Amino acid sequence: MTGAKTAVETAAAVRSGDRSARSVVEEALAAISSREEELHACNEVMADSARARAGAIDAAVAHGEDPGPLAGVPIALKDNLCVQGELTTCSSKILEGWRPPYTATVVERLLAAGAIPIAKTNLDEFAMGSSTENSAFGPTRNPHDMTRVPGGSSGGSAAAVSAGYVPLALGSDTGGSIRQPAAFCGVVGVKPTYGRVSRYGLIAFASSLDQIGPFATTVDDAALLLETIWGPDQMDSTSIPSQPDPIGAGSDVSGLRIGIIEELTDLEGIAPEVRASVERAASGLEGSGAHIERVSIPSCAYGLSAYYLIAPAEASSNLARYDGVRYGLRVDGADVAEMNAKTRAAGFGAEVKRRIMLGTYALSAGYYDAYYGQAQKVRTLIIGDFAQAYERFDVLLSPTAPTEAFKIGAKTADPLAMYMSDICTIPTNLAGHAAMSVPFGTGAEGLPIGVQVLAPALGESVMFTVARAVEGLR
Amino acid sequence: MSPRISPEQVRHVANLARLSITDSEASQLAEELGVILEHAEDVAALDLSDIEPTAHPIHLTNVLRDDAPRPSLDRDEVLAAAPATEDRRFRVPRIMGETQ
Amino acid sequence: MTTYETVIGLEVHVELATRTKLFCGCANEFGAEPNTHVCPVCLGLPGSLPVLNRTVVEFALLLGVALNFDVPPSSIFHRKNYFYPDMPKDFQVSQFDEPICVDGWIDVAGERIRIERAHMEEDTGKTTHMGGGGRIHDADYSLVDYNRAGIPLLEIVSRPDMGSAEQARGYVSELRAILATIGISDVKMEEGSMRVDANVSLRANSTDVLGTKVEIKNMNSLRSLGRAIDSEIERQSAMLDSEEVIIQETRHWDEVAGITHGMRSKEGSSDYRYFPEPDLVPVAPTDEMRKVARESVPELPAPKRERLISDWGIGSSDARVLVDDRALCAYAEAAVAAGGSGKDVTNWCTGEILGYLNEHGSTPEALILRPEGLAELVALLADDTLSRSLAKDVLEECLATPVMPREVVERRGLAQMNDEGELAALVDEVLGRNEDAIAQWKAGDEKARKKKRGFLMGELMKTSGSKGNPKVLNQLLDERLHD
Repeated sequence: MTGAKTAVETAAAVRSGDRSARSVVEEALAAISSREEELHACNEVMADSARARAGAIDAAVAHGEDPGPLAGVPIALKDNLCVQGELTTCSSKILEGWRPPYTATVVERLLAAGAIPIAKTNLDEFAMGSSTENSAFGPTRNPHDMTRVPGGSSGGSAAAVSAGYVPLALGSDTGGSIRQPAAFCGVVGVKPTYGRVSRYGLIAFASSLDQIGPFATTVDDAALLLETIWGPDQMDSTSIPSQPDPIGAGSDVSGLRIGIIEELTDLEGIAPEVRASVERAASGLEGSGAHIERVSIPSCAYGLSAYYLIAPAEASSNLARYDGVRYGLRVDGADVAEMNAKTRAAGFGAEVKRRIMLGTYALSAGYYDAYYGQAQKVRTLIIGDFAQAYERFDVLLSPTAPTEAFKIGAKTADPLAMYMSDICTIPTNLAGHAAMSVPFGTGAEGLPIGVQVLAPALGESVMFTVARAVEGLR
Repeated sequence: MSPRISPEQVRHVANLARLSITDSEASQLAEELGVILEHAEDVAALDLSDIEPTAHPIHLTNVLRDDAPRPSLDRDEVLAAAPATEDRRFRVPRIMGETQ
Repeated sequence: MTTYETVIGLEVHVELATRTKLFCGCANEFGAEPNTHVCPVCLGLPGSLPVLNRTVVEFALLLGVALNFDVPPSSIFHRKNYFYPDMPKDFQVSQFDEPICVDGWIDVAGERIRIERAHMEEDTGKTTHMGGGGRIHDADYSLVDYNRAGIPLLEIVSRPDMGSAEQARGYVSELRAILATIGISDVKMEEGSMRVDANVSLRANSTDVLGTKVEIKNMNSLRSLGRAIDSEIERQSAMLDSEEVIIQETRHWDEVAGITHGMRSKEGSSDYRYFPEPDLVPVAPTDEMRKVARESVPELPAPKRERLISDWGIGSSDARVLVDDRALCAYAEAAVAAGGSGKDVTNWCTGEILGYLNEHGSTPEALILRPEGLAELVALLADDTLSRSLAKDVLEECLATPVMPREVVERRGLAQMNDEGELAALVDEVLGRNEDAIAQWKAGDEKARKKKRGFLMGELMKTSGSKGNPKVLNQLLDERLHD
């Protein structure tokens, strides 16, 4: 990705007429061609529609019109975002061949801003996973090391940005699915406050946790993308109705109070290089005038267990609709129940089935209170603990993931070990807060490490300020 | 460690979830789910009787839309996505269960 | 032989008369071409999200006022999870343990029926069973139309406070009148916009032990509701008499056979795995929303009937007929407001006018004769300008062509002859040419006298061209005959 331009630079060049959108798109398509065979970051490359859009943007510029703040910027979309008429699969056989008759709100906003969707990226089936190995269409590889995973579930988007296909991509984050692959691939990944970005057109995994967010190579590019897609949407009842304040361009952390979350940093299983990166970032911030302290958020310890009850429960219901009646795969059966059961058995992969089973069990008669109900209460505890911490701190720091990217196949046989790689990211989703991963340092194997910056709900502005400061320490 | 969920329970849950599974899948799922539920024991064991559950991370109420019509989808496009249709409707095999 | 007490509770599903569906902007319209009122939301397409229709909440609050419900500070939606091809998401969005309305009641024929709750939920699509005579279990396959999927429903659940089919019918009838009055539904049982399921159980009169509850479905009129309940009572009594065990089940009413059929039940028991719908937020009616609801509820049927009975001096059955037909009642009230007497207006409305409407399949709003015209007709009758038979004649013309009754009377010279002098001369003339009849009247027994008197009265009316005031003519005739 040497010499690749940022989104900010590309948009400026296209808006001023210095570069044609067409040439930007051709360059992106060439980058994809050069590495896609080995990486498999994309489920679909939308070359024709991207070229057509680029032509329209160039024509608009030629007519003296402004195509918008992302003019001519190619962008990759996680393949769980609906785009009218384009294949949208969630990397599942059950949706293979499905073309939505409508477009997600975030994609509408990208188009209105002049961005050019160029690829649908690979993911763990229905966003369930942490390595992008659970894809019906094969795994994505980490651009830094072809024997390693890119993280997940938005591994395709992270890899596409990391490999220089595109300066920007969208992913979705339910328990860390943007931040963890961003850390593994050495890019910036943002999980905005729940409700800040419309979920309309995002194929649901766990509705009360899912949030769409940006991948970018720089913090500024991530901010530009987030400002393009966020804000109220009448199509999403859980969309926060107030207009967000601009993120701003600040990087001054002097006087900010920053806490290092003990439970997520001192945890057993956190690689020493990862812990060291967090501490090095913290002392760098201290050197820039921030007050640094360690802080305990005790209920974080229960986050993983609560998450693996809540998310599968909601998923078991959200994924019931894949029944072979209205769209997608059907495997015939003697009656409708048999047809449903055979279709779902053939269409879903092992991890999706596991989570549907787990969630169905957690909601079933006699177990609801012990599992789902109890997990919702842990959620209350976590929110309360974070609220206390944010009385004393403006932002919090932790590792994004316990380790650098692991080997392909290393954790596929042990679901629990795989789940553990989300341990640092999950509490933010349960609380509905904002968090982002900024590349900072490398691990023992020389692969990227991410530092996580956490902020309270609607705290994106201060979060980006600190992230920019961390970026400046590199 | 004994699994917390038996293959019989797995089959019952699979039935609720409309997933056809083989006997060996039932045994394997029983084991895997057992391990995950074992891990969830830390949460299940907490005394949270005085804590309110959180269903939504944000506290909004009364998000309402006006009762104003919006365009519907084109029927041909909708039906074209379906595995089987007949006479402008979705076709399904015979229904053996109860109506609701 | 043991006698049994019947315990009936009713679940009434009401389709709301909104413009759009519960969670999307598709039209809420009965009878459209299959699968034309569908969108990503009501088809449950991946990625779609529900947004609640404001009017549905407003309607629920109106219902809250009309059925004396409590409306708690907050209510939420749950997902009811089960697979069925008429449900696009394979879960139904409904309300579970925090419904919008709780603890209501209405009085039916002097008895209070308690109503446990009313909650908002989405309707399902419509399946058509192909082959096997259209019956679900015998069908070869089924076809699904999702136009109805997502239509807003209010489900109104009574307490088991009814003891007979008669009382159950009375409850549904009163509920229907109330729903029509507050204008939230078409309440057409035949079209399915009001669907009633009955829970029926019997218990031996000597015990407090509740019997096993059987749910019966598929009644599409008040009459079939009554028949189905009676048939179920009979079936359960016979079983109890022969000491058979009644199983808890759902039974289907067969209108043609006049019996209920047990429905094959699914393997295992249902487990709906209810949990709070994460895509929707709580409904917390504000003071302002509650105030608007209180102020928007019009006069309800029970007080309205009482008012008409006392103000117009009409009978309770006429009052029920009028109030059950909101448009006719509005018509009658307009006629009274235009000066007609309540009692006379009611007589015409529940008699000739209702007959005309039924015969022509028309509605009061469509009548050519406006309420002012009816008031005029009633006045012409009251001041003896018209006899009742002339008035019917005039009404017939006024229902067919846009003219006022007085115009008809004047154009056709129909005004009644009321002048006693004129009428006396008429009597003299007629009696003068019918001396035989008078002689026969004088000689005859009571039966013959009645016959001759009738003949003479007929001659008098004929000679007057039907315009003679019959009351005055009768009186004059009697005087002459008894001279």
